Amino acid sequence: MTKMSDLQTPHFPNWCPGCGDLNIWGAFKNAAVKEGWDSSNTAIVAGIGCHGHIVNFIKLNSFEGLHGRALPVAAGVKMANNRLNTFVFTGDGDCFGEGGNHFIHTCRRNHDLTVLIHDNALYSLTTGQTSPLTAHGFKTKSTPQGNPDEPFNPLTLAIISGATFVARAYSGDMPKLTELIIEANKHKGLAVIDILQPCVTFNKVCTHGFYQENTYYLESEYDPSDKNKALERASEFGDKKIPLGIFYRSERPSYEDQLLQIKEKPLIETPVERSSAVELFKKYT
Amino acid sequence: MPNVNKDQEIISVKIGAEAGQGVKSAGLMLAKLAIRSGYHIYNQIEYPSLIKGGHNVLQVNISKSEVTAPRKVNDILIALNQDTINKHITEFSNDSGLIFDSEAKIDTSKVPSNVALLGVPLSKIAKESGNSDLLINTVALGAVTAVLGGNLTILNNLIAEEFGSKGEEVVKVNVSAAEQGFKHITENYKKNLRAFLSPSDSVSNFVPYMAVDGNESVALGAISAGLQFAAIYPMSPVSNILAVLAENQEKFGYIYKQPEDELSAINMSIGASYAGARSMTATSGGGFCLMTEGYGLAGMTETPLVIIEGMRPGPATGLPTWSDQGDLQMILNAHQGDFPRIVLAAGDAKEAFELTMQAFNLADKYQTPVVLIIDKNICENSQSFPLYDFAGYKVDRGRFSTEKVENYKRYELTADGISQRTVPGAGNFFVANSDEHDEEGYSTEDPEIRIKMMEKRMNKLKVCKKEDMQKPQLYGPENADVTIVSWGSNKGTILQALKELENVNYVHINWLSPFPSEALSEMLSKSKYILNVECNYTGQMAKLIRENTQIKIDENFLKYDGRQIFPEEIIDAVNKIRSKK
Repeated sequence: MTKMSDLQTPHFPNWCPGCGDLNIWGAFKNAAVKEGWDSSNTAIVAGIGCHGHIVNFIKLNSFEGLHGRALPVAAGVKMANNRLNTFVFTGDGDCFGEGGNHFIHTCRRNHDLTVLIHDNALYSLTTGQTSPLTAHGFKTKSTPQGNPDEPFNPLTLAIISGATFVARAYSGDMPKLTELIIEANKHKGLAVIDILQPCVTFNKVCTHGFYQENTYYLESEYDPSDKNKALERASEFGDKKIPLGIFYRSERPSYEDQLLQIKEKPLIETPVERSSAVELFKKYT
Repeated sequence: MPNVNKDQEIISVKIGAEAGQGVKSAGLMLAKLAIRSGYHIYNQIEYPSLIKGGHNVLQVNISKSEVTAPRKVNDILIALNQDTINKHITEFSNDSGLIFDSEAKIDTSKVPSNVALLGVPLSKIAKESGNSDLLINTVALGAVTAVLGGNLTILNNLIAEEFGSKGEEVVKVNVSAAEQGFKHITENYKKNLRAFLSPSDSVSNFVPYMAVDGNESVALGAISAGLQFAAIYPMSPVSNILAVLAENQEKFGYIYKQPEDELSAINMSIGASYAGARSMTATSGGGFCLMTEGYGLAGMTETPLVIIEGMRPGPATGLPTWSDQGDLQMILNAHQGDFPRIVLAAGDAKEAFELTMQAFNLADKYQTPVVLIIDKNICENSQSFPLYDFAGYKVDRGRFSTEKVENYKRYELTADGISQRTVPGAGNFFVANSDEHDEEGYSTEDPEIRIKMMEKRMNKLKVCKKEDMQKPQLYGPENADVTIVSWGSNKGTILQALKELENVNYVHINWLSPFPSEALSEMLSKSKYILNVECNYTGQMAKLIRENTQIKIDENFLKYDGRQIFPEEIIDAVNKIRSKK
């Protein structure tokens, strides 16, 4: 049993009032309480950016790594101890700028991780520059004449790269986000949730109001097992036309499921011992 | 030119061919034949960065006593193509022979007249034995075995072991090819036969020596030390480490993972280590540049990690398949800010084995990254050693627990700077944090905590210096006229040269950080002249010595053409110093 108070640290969030990070933090804690995630079964890996501060506000084992590198750290954690429920908190700059290559490969390997992307389409901790997900023409500190680059679509990228659970959420709908985090975590394989969140300080366009007005949930009869359909729906984006929900879900063995070495028990549950490598020496005689 | 082989106690056989013609496997087979006949070997391989074509050569040096370096000359040259003759025509020793394909259009007119021309119909025999060009090197192997007076039964046993997995037919045609090559020499070149390689005892009674290179030794050392996780991106010259690790992972239960790049390699290894696994990665200089950010991450989060750095000539792509020692200062200083970097450097394959094992214990004890530096010559040149003995090795995981710990603080301030380490999943809360952090791991910018944490981390290096650091090794007489100081693969060359030099000793450095300043000062202050030997442009070890001991070394032998130093060059350098007197 995890109580809300068990997750309490001595540090109160330092995010801006109204920041979407606060919603994600709250929704995650709600999920942790519901599911009983604690330091005996769960680990968090975070990158660098506003989102990364979360390790100070949730009392769960964490690793705050370097900008862009949360995914490979998390893959290492999962391979070493596949019993650990492993979450990755990352931002759109962290995950798709510096960490873009890791994202593609983590998807294709289908590591059994739950990846929560704090997507405010901006670099905010460095005071508001364009990110790989910032809209074309958008004015930021680094693009005062408007962003000349096209953003890419993280959902279609995840699907074609091989992730087996791909969803989009809006941070402000905390009950739905809580459900989605739980659902993603139950999925065996790489689960990605792109969480749309406002940056209340540096983005005056994509506000809570904007998302509330322009997002909607995929229909209940939508079938997430159809990859082509998933790509089609994930490509939808526009006025009142930003779909939320689970776009794609498929079953294929996770990376960890394929490793014979950890079929019986996690790697770290066998104590390190001097091995009998002597038998290998014969090959060289 | 000084003679490094006064009594013909070393026989050097060079095999040359295009890449893909099996030079390496033939050389290794000859080396094993020598080992099983009671001899020592040193195999030096040189090749360009391509898979087919180009020019590959391998020199097998065989001796009754230890042999640790390549030679400038060859006693037997096996030329599987014309290129080999042209490129090595100036390397024949005074008493030498050339084995070549008498069926191919080979021009031997420029070969010095004192070289015995040992033509063997290599391609014809290969065709008759098994209709395959792949057999040419086996025919040549039979031929050279005959010239050296080697034992055909030992060779046939080796062939059976080598090709056994490919089926009886493959063994049969290879044995036949070797026998035909052997027979052709014994029947046609009676006066050129040497009684050099006759087995010292009975065939079955050979000493259990291995012919092993540094890459293999690192992998064997890691497995022996209880490796649990390795993520290694392929790169010359360390790629064979991952090949050995990948091959044996299921048998020994560890995981080898090929990541998408070196950034991922080091971060995956750090993640696995944070979760409690004994972890490593390996790369060369260019890959280490990418790992630089992870290097400091391991230092800041106090995550144990072993990093193998196999040097090749830089900068940029440099000379990918050649050797160099230009990464020393980079490794000692890589990453922003100060953190405890433990850096070791092996001088040969055996040291690479032992230091790899030790590196895992050091990483666990001090909860910081440990880099073991090797170089291409160590990585890929095989040397004979008695079967590695590590019965005395004890796994030391330091202050590490997988249990619940009361009032746990991951970065607790302690007298020696080392805190209790535990794993996620044990029920102990902690944050492993790349931001400056307090004892529990929460981010902080408090100046007082910053100072305490900085001192805590850096203190580990002081403790390491006291408790684990090894003094440099002294070879040769305790007092000498000239003291050579060096590191890495130069060790073998210098030891070989030392056999021909009087009143010269060698100080071999294999601890670079922490640095054995006091011991080295004492060793270097005893001799009249100090000669620093390195394979880089700026004398990076000389700088390190000066920084730590205030000793300025005036005599430097620096080589940076990618090629291994020959013993002859060391002897020349020593003589030059003496002639200045």
